[in-house]
Formats: sequence, structure tokens, C-alpha cells
Amino acid sequence: METILNIKEVSKHYESAGSALTILDNISFSIQKGSTVSITGPSGSGKTTLLGLCAGLDRSSAGSIELNTIVLDKLSEDERAAVRNRYVGFIFQNFQLLPTLTALENIMVPLELRGEKDIRPRAMELLDKVGLSARAGHYPVQLSGGEQQRVSLARAFSNTPAILFADEPTGNLDGETSEKVIKLLFDLNKEAGTTLIIVTHDLDLASRTDRIIRLKGGVIIADEQKTYA
Amino acid sequence: MALLDTIGDERAKELNFISMLYFIKGQGSRLVQVKALEGRYPFYGEIETTPAIAVKSLARGNNTLIDKTVMLQFNARPGDSVKLGNINFVIGGYLDNAPGQTGVTAMVTPIVYIPMQYLAQTGLAQEGSRINYFYYYKFNKAADLTATLKKIRPLLEKEGIEFETVASKKQSIGRSFEDLNRFLSLSGFVALLLGCIGVGSAIHVYVREKLAAISTLRCLGVKAWEAFFIYLIQITFIGMLGAVAGSALGTCIQFLLPLILKDILPVAFTMQISWMAILQGVITGILISVLFALPSLLSVRNISPLNAIRLSFEESKTRFEPLKLLVYLIIFLFVLGFTYLQMNSWLQAMVFTGGILVAILIFYGVSVLLLWLVRKILPASAGYAWRQGFSNLYRPNNQTLMLIVAIGLSTALIATLYFLQGILISRVSLSSGKSQANIIVFDIQTDQEKAVVGLTKGFKLPVMKQVPVVTMRFDEINGRSASQAALADSVEKHGERGKRGEKPAEEDQGPRESSSRAFKSEIRATYEYQLTSTEELTSGKWVGRVKSASDTVYVSLDERYAERLNVKVGDKIRFNVQGTLIPTVVGSLRKVNWATAQTNFRVVFPEGVLEEAPQFHVLMTRVPDAGISAKFQAAVVRNFPNVTVIDMGLLLKLLDELLGKISFVIRFMASFSMITGWIVLVSAVRSSKNQRLREIVLLRTMGARGNQILAITAIEYLFLGALSAATGILIALAASSALAQLSFGAVFVPPLLPVLILFVGITMVVVITGMLGSRSVLHQSPLEVLRKDS
Repeated sequence: METILNIKEVSKHYESAGSALTILDNISFSIQKGSTVSITGPSGSGKTTLLGLCAGLDRSSAGSIELNTIVLDKLSEDERAAVRNRYVGFIFQNFQLLPTLTALENIMVPLELRGEKDIRPRAMELLDKVGLSARAGHYPVQLSGGEQQRVSLARAFSNTPAILFADEPTGNLDGETSEKVIKLLFDLNKEAGTTLIIVTHDLDLASRTDRIIRLKGGVIIADEQKTYA
Repeated sequence: MALLDTIGDERAKELNFISMLYFIKGQGSRLVQVKALEGRYPFYGEIETTPAIAVKSLARGNNTLIDKTVMLQFNARPGDSVKLGNINFVIGGYLDNAPGQTGVTAMVTPIVYIPMQYLAQTGLAQEGSRINYFYYYKFNKAADLTATLKKIRPLLEKEGIEFETVASKKQSIGRSFEDLNRFLSLSGFVALLLGCIGVGSAIHVYVREKLAAISTLRCLGVKAWEAFFIYLIQITFIGMLGAVAGSALGTCIQFLLPLILKDILPVAFTMQISWMAILQGVITGILISVLFALPSLLSVRNISPLNAIRLSFEESKTRFEPLKLLVYLIIFLFVLGFTYLQMNSWLQAMVFTGGILVAILIFYGVSVLLLWLVRKILPASAGYAWRQGFSNLYRPNNQTLMLIVAIGLSTALIATLYFLQGILISRVSLSSGKSQANIIVFDIQTDQEKAVVGLTKGFKLPVMKQVPVVTMRFDEINGRSASQAALADSVEKHGERGKRGEKPAEEDQGPRESSSRAFKSEIRATYEYQLTSTEELTSGKWVGRVKSASDTVYVSLDERYAERLNVKVGDKIRFNVQGTLIPTVVGSLRKVNWATAQTNFRVVFPEGVLEEAPQFHVLMTRVPDAGISAKFQAAVVRNFPNVTVIDMGLLLKLLDELLGKISFVIRFMASFSMITGWIVLVSAVRSSKNQRLREIVLLRTMGARGNQILAITAIEYLFLGALSAATGILIALAASSALAQLSFGAVFVPPLLPVLILFVGITMVVVITGMLGSRSVLHQSPLEVLRKDS
């Protein structure tokens, strides 16, 4: 199978009070196109940092990251932004919707940034898929947490990303709503054939992915591939 | 006259008049104020010269002291000779400073001192010369002064002689500076008001950003009023720190003021630290911080503990609160009271405070309306950057209206000051068109007229106008003589007021000239057949010629002058033309445009009446350049020492310099308001940086390029700046137009180019400041911000 994400000997250090703090230490793995992967581990294990590096939101201190055959390390911030816009989708724990835009406009943003035309029907279609077509003109403050996360899902898929990063997507939701959102996430992902990487504490959620990478103290302590009978 | 030569323990005398001074070596001439001195002048202050000893040269012979700027202008040195009237004087030294002289008066009519005993020889003090007589007295005992004043006051008043003592002079100088003081206080106060808006705006954002912390405190059991007091103490402390820092900065700035105002103030003054002012500043600062923070702080009480679980900024904003209304009322009263302290007039304070309130309401209304309109009008097909930039103006906890009011109000103030300055300059500037005369030659005696015309033509200069001038006084107005008028004035002034127990007040005289004063004034009239282009008949009929001696003489009066004299068409006036009584009837009233480089007269006679009266002539011409002007003036002064030449070009230049200095002071003070407005903008931009940071990072995460983010930011601020600047300028135009009509009686024509420059300039300042505030966000790691936020 084709590799979409290739992480080679990646480390991340921060300067803290005059001494170097290692968040990630010599991490290497690769992810196949179309697969679903979860990254788990206790708080402070470096999960979100790893996700950020994989998505090109930050630079590694050492090692190399290749996303869809593009080496991110040498790219400028603008070039990395272009890569994200073309290949990457995001879902955040706290939804991160733009408060000044309606639900529909939020979904349109990634496409607008690409300069695409006639995007409204596609955005409406996605909003319909997440069951919120009736709330198209509502602003984020007028939506519940579950609804906001569903808009966030629709936005993540709007630019038909090659890879989708989800950071604790159900962290701010109750159990029932979480279940609905997760189902929607996996359904949309299956339909679009997107590679899905989820950072989560939730072992139940992690168990629904093909592969689980466990982190602790900035190193991979286990990399479990689900076997199908 | 005998009385004037006997009073006081010590006496000095000064005769001053305007004349031309001719520099023999430099072959140039200049209009100067000649002061012929006698006695130990001055009793207060001193005449400062270079060399210092030169002041004593006045007592040694036909020496003169000349203002140093004129000396430098003509490259003259002590020892050189100058011609004043018929005789030559030797320059004793540079006159550095004369008592009571300001930089401004020195610029227009520089002073030249000469000894009194040589005045007669100059030939400049003759019958008909316009000379001011000053007598200075020193009394060794204050009681003598009081007794003497009591004795001579009625005599002096009867003769129309004005007098002042050191005490009254001090008072009148104080009065002249009251206006300047008021203007400076008011400008400072407007800056303070903008600062108040800044405080209010910053606290608003601060409280909104602390929403989570406050609700958590509430969850932990902190009561609503306790939460309020926690932040009140915090704000009071921050306000105190700011007020102390501001007072320190203000104290430093005050030491710069003498440098800026030196040309306008008649005295040199030293600066010292005023601890009382600093204390007042600190108290005012704390008061403002607390007062203007209160509306936002009061909302703290309403923050629900539920917000700790789910933030909803809209929840706490719609409730009507009587307490908040009370705070707004206190703020209004505070502004009104503070304005009253600056203006000492409740009416003016009410008008000013009401004006500010109306302006704020207009800004608020216009902003709401325009934001709503643009939201409705902006098409969905507009580019993404435009739509996103515009929608940012509606972000939760946005500063849009606050910023529009702050920027708009400072724009309105600055633009109004600028426009008013324009109105003032246009009122005093004289026409400089090519067909207009730029040299006026006056005091030409009848026997010199032909020769002066010949000299003018010899220089190949056009004789554009020759006007005869006849001096006269009123003898009777509608049958009332000077003595009857004086008696009537006296009864009105002392009798009636005395009965009511009131003191006579100068300012009560109003626009109407007192009758006795009108009789004392000398009138310079002319005679002509046709009215000139600067005169417009407003009532009655102009009769250009009297055919026979028995015909009625119909004169024409300037309408404003007639109003002051309380005279209308058909009234009878008898003039005393240097001994000859001429009965006339007011035949017409004219509107005269005084703001032209032209001879204009309050009283105009028809031809056929004054031709034989003693008179002098005025000649007007136009010189093509400064070189010919200097040569022509020199030739006139050399050949006709009694004749005065005024170079209007030079006068205009001096006037420009003078107005430039005044407008600099105005702009200097206005710039405080502008800087305050800018600080409010910067602080508001900075305080909303966290919100902006999150939005930008989010866009960055979704793949927005740097230029897309900058474009969105620029559009947001472009709209904000353009809307504020446009509204501010519109208010300034309306205010200037009203002030022009009501205060200056002028028509205000909006200067299009400056309006455009102001609009573009202020908009750009807002855009650049906003973009600079957001630029740093682009360099932050998106992950860092997203982590902070989660």
C-alpha cells in the first residue's frame, strides 16, 4: 500500500528555564493511505505535539516528516499552509470554529482559501450530511457543542483532504453526543477514503481504528496493528 | 498738558508712530514703529541691546537702536547710518528686547528707538501726523498714586485720555491669556476625554477576557459584589500606576512649552514642578479609570457561574440596569463639571458637553447604521478576504463601535481645528491676483502727488488707483453734539447703574459704539463718483456728485459702522472737516469687503464737496518682484521722507509667518488629542490581539497564506478607519460651517484636497497600526496557540 505519512527519527525539544526539555525523542513510523490510526498516551506524552508536527503546524528539532511525498521540514510557513490547505483536514477538541462566520461559511473557508468557485452547494451538501442543513445561517455561539463539532467535521471534509487529523474530537462532548459524532466521523471518512489520525485518551475510540500508536515520555512504547480475521 | 508734565515723582515720555526707515548702506527701506523717548524709560524691565552699553547711546546724540531682526535683514551694523524722515541717525546697537514687546509684534512692526529731541528735525511729527503719546510716571509712594488717580481720573476721562497702572496692566495681560489658557485647557481636556474612552474600551475587553476566571471564582463561591470589588481594586491600582506615570510625563512635557510658545508670550517665564498639579492629575487619573471602567465592571456582577461550563458572551449583555444608568449619569456630570472648571461658564460647559454627547451619539448611530447597511449590501459574491475582513467587525466582544467613536472623535477635533485655521487664514489673507495692487503708497501730500505718480511711472509701474483721503470728525449726529453725547453716556454709565448699585462694566458696551467715543474718533473719508468693486450698496441710493453748493450732500456709510453708530438712511450727520462744518444726510449704506488689498472707507462723500479740503493721497501700484519693490520703496523714501510705502507681499508673508506660529500652537495641542486617539487605537488593537490570534491561527491551520491573512486584516481596518474618518470629517465640516457662520460671519467652503488628505491619512494610520498589531501573529507557531486554547 502507498505511504501517506512518513516520520523518520523525529525529535522535538523546547528551551525551558535555560535547559532543553525533550517532548518527542527519535520517533519513527509511517502510515498507509486510507488507514485509520490513533495515537494514545497519558497527558504530557507528546501526542498533540506529534500530531502538530505531522500536520506541518510546527517544525521538528530533528528528523524528517514527509506528507504525501512532500518533505515538510524545508518548507516555509506559507508553503506548509498551502500543503495543509491541499491535503490536510483538522478536527479539534474545542471545535475551533470562526465565531464571526455562520455554520455554512465556516465549512466554506478551506475552499475559499483555495480560491475555488461555486462552493456553496458543496458546503450545503456536507452540512446536510452532518444533519445541520437547517442551521446553515447560525453562528457558532448559537449552536450546541455537538452541533459545533458536526460543523467542524463537515469543514474538515470540505476540501476532500488526503489525511485528516483529529485532536480529542470527543473530549468536550457528552457520551451520547460523542457516539453520534464518532459514527459520523468514521462514516464520512469511509465514504471519502481519507486517512484518519486521531489523538485520544479514549481507548474505546482508539480501538475503532486500524492501528494504535502508544506514546509515553515522548517515545513510542507500542505500535499495535489491528489484525482482521 | 500742564497736568501731564507735573504729576508723579519721576516722568518719561514716548511718542510712537509708524514710518519708513531707510538703510543708507543697504539702500533698503522697511516699515517700522518709531519710538521717540524722553526721560528714564522704562521704569519696569529694561531695554536689552547688543552691545549692552548701546542703550546709553540714546542719551549721547542722534543715535538710534534698531530691532535686531531688521538689522540682520539689511545686513546693518552698529555705526552704520539710517535715514528717518529728513535726518540721518547712527545705529548705536542691536535692539534685542524691548519692554512688553512680543516676537509677533516685532515681526510686523519692528521697533526703532530715537531720542525725543531729534523728533522735530525728522519732520515726521507735523500737523495731521498720526502719533500716539505715552506718558509714564513713577510714584514713590502707593498712596500718592491712589490720591493722584482720584484727582485726575475725571479730567483724563473728559479729555478722552486713556490710562493704566501696573496693577491694571497686569490684570489686562491676565485677561488676554485667559483665552489662550482656555483653549489649551480645552484641547487637553478633549485629549483626556479620548483617554476616558480608551480606558472604557480597554476595561471592556479586559473584563470579557476574564469571563472564564470570573465565572470560575463564582463557581467557587465568590459573591457577585465580591467579584466586582476584586476587579475594582485591580483597576484602581492600575489607574493609579497610569496616573502617576502620566503626571511624570506631563511634568516633563511642560518644560517644552516655553520653547514652543516663546514667540507668542510677551514675557520670559521659568518652569517649576507643581506638586499640587501632579496630585490633581493623579486623582483625576484614578477617578477617570474607575468611573469609565464602572459600566464594564458592573457587568462582572452578572456573570453567571454557568459560564465556567459554557461561555456565552451574549447572556449578560441585554439586561437593563438602573445602576448602570446612574453610572452613565455620573459620567455625564463629571464631564460637565470638568468642562465648567475649564470654561467658567455653565452655558459654554453645557454646549460643549452636549456637543460631545451629540457627536458620540452621531458616531454610534452612523456606525450602527453603516455596519447594518454594509452587512445587508455586501454581496455574497464578494471576495473571501472582503467578507471575512468585514465579518471580523462583528466578532464577539468586538471593539468596533468603541474604536469608531474614539478614532472618529479625534478625527473630528483635528479636522475642525484645521478647518477653523483655514477660515481664519482666509479671512486675513489678501488677494494676490495678478491684477491686484501689491504696493500701497500713502501720506502723499497734494503738492507731492504729481511727483510720486511720475516716480512710479519712471519705474514703469502702473498707477492702479489714486485715492484722496480727508480727515474729519463728527460734529453732530441727528442734532446731538459731542458734549450732549458725552453727557448722555455719563448718565447711562454712572447714573442709571449707580441707582442700581452696579459697577460700570467694559464688556457691557456690546457692539454699539458709545456716542461720545464716536465723536472722539478721527474719520478718514474719501470722495468718489462711482463706488468701487469692493463696495456693494445694501440700502438707499448712491449719489456720485453734488452739482451746486445748495444741494444736499448725501454720504454713504459702511453698513456695520452705521449699525454701531445707530444711524440709518435719511439720518442727518454734520461733519467737522478740519474746522469747516459740512451738513450731510446718510444717502446709502454699503457692504464693504475689507479683506482686499484695496483702500476702503467707512464714510464716502460724493464728488464736488471735499476737493478743496486739506487732504493727502494714496497711490496703489503693482511691482513684479521683490527686487524692484525694494528699489521703488527706497526711491520713494529718499525723495519723499514723509510718505509711507507698504509692501503687501511682505505684509502677507509676515502674516503667514504669524499665523503659522499660532497654528503651530493649535496643532501642537491638537496633536495631544491625536496621539491619545492613536494610543486608544493601539491599545484596543493590542487588547483584542488574543481573539485575533486565535482566528488567524485557525485560518493558518486551514491553509491561509500570509498575504491572505494580511489582506483580511487590512480590509477590517480599512473599513474601520474609513468609516471613522469619514464620519469624523463630516462632523468637522458641519461644526466648522456652523462656527464660520455664527462666530466669524464667514462662508465656509470645504477645502477638498485637505479633506481628502485627512481622510486618506487617518484611514492609513488605522490600517497600518492594525496590520502592525497583527503581523507578529504570523510568526507564531499555530500549534502553540491551538494548544493554549485547548
